[in-house]
Amino acid sequence: MIALALVFAFSCFGIGLLLTLWRVVFSPSIPDRILALDTMVVNVIALIVLYGMERGSGLYFEAALLFAMTGFVSSVAYAKFILRGDIIE
Amino acid sequence: MIADILISACLVIAGVFGLVGSYGLLKLPDLMTRLHAPTKASTLGVGGVLLASMGHAAFKRGDISWHELLITLFLFLTAPITANFIAKAHIARNLTTKDLPPTGGPRDWATLDMSEEPVTPSLTEPPQAGRPS
Repeated sequence: MIALALVFAFSCFGIGLLLTLWRVVFSPSIPDRILALDTMVVNVIALIVLYGMERGSGLYFEAALLFAMTGFVSSVAYAKFILRGDIIE
Repeated sequence: MIADILISACLVIAGVFGLVGSYGLLKLPDLMTRLHAPTKASTLGVGGVLLASMGHAAFKRGDISWHELLITLFLFLTAPITANFIAKAHIARNLTTKDLPPTGGPRDWATLDMSEEPVTPSLTEPPQAGRPS
């Protein structure tokens, strides 16, 4: 039963990743693109954790944690650059 | 068996919420409403996945892992900050003062306010002449 639910969750987050990729490529404005990239990071974190569950290994949580931190910093840096034309003033 | 059902329910709910969050990114009409979809639905989706992962580690492998709580805490802390920055970038690029509700004070919206005068009453002492502030 857990294997079936894992497949369902994998496909849901995979389709979500494709939808956000569509939004990154065809986005109406630049803040939309930042938002789509941020959502992409969230989906990828979910996929990494699901893969760690499937393999039964605790190694993947460090990768997910690193992804969360770099995703946050890059989203904020991108938004700050759009907002002010500079990142560190 | 009950643990299996709980973990599977967490996974299914998380998958549905993640999919709804990503679909809302495409479906909703403008950016301020589009901000809601990833910041709420996707965060809940990832939270469900992490709960399921914690349950899996505790019931199937017999070791309690706290990494997931760390990731959950980090995501729940950072998602509103990112959303706030994206909203500010949207205001600065695409909106003017006429599109926004009045602030009710002497100053305009902080992102759009370009005036140099200090707010009255000033919160800090005015800089003295001849000294760089």
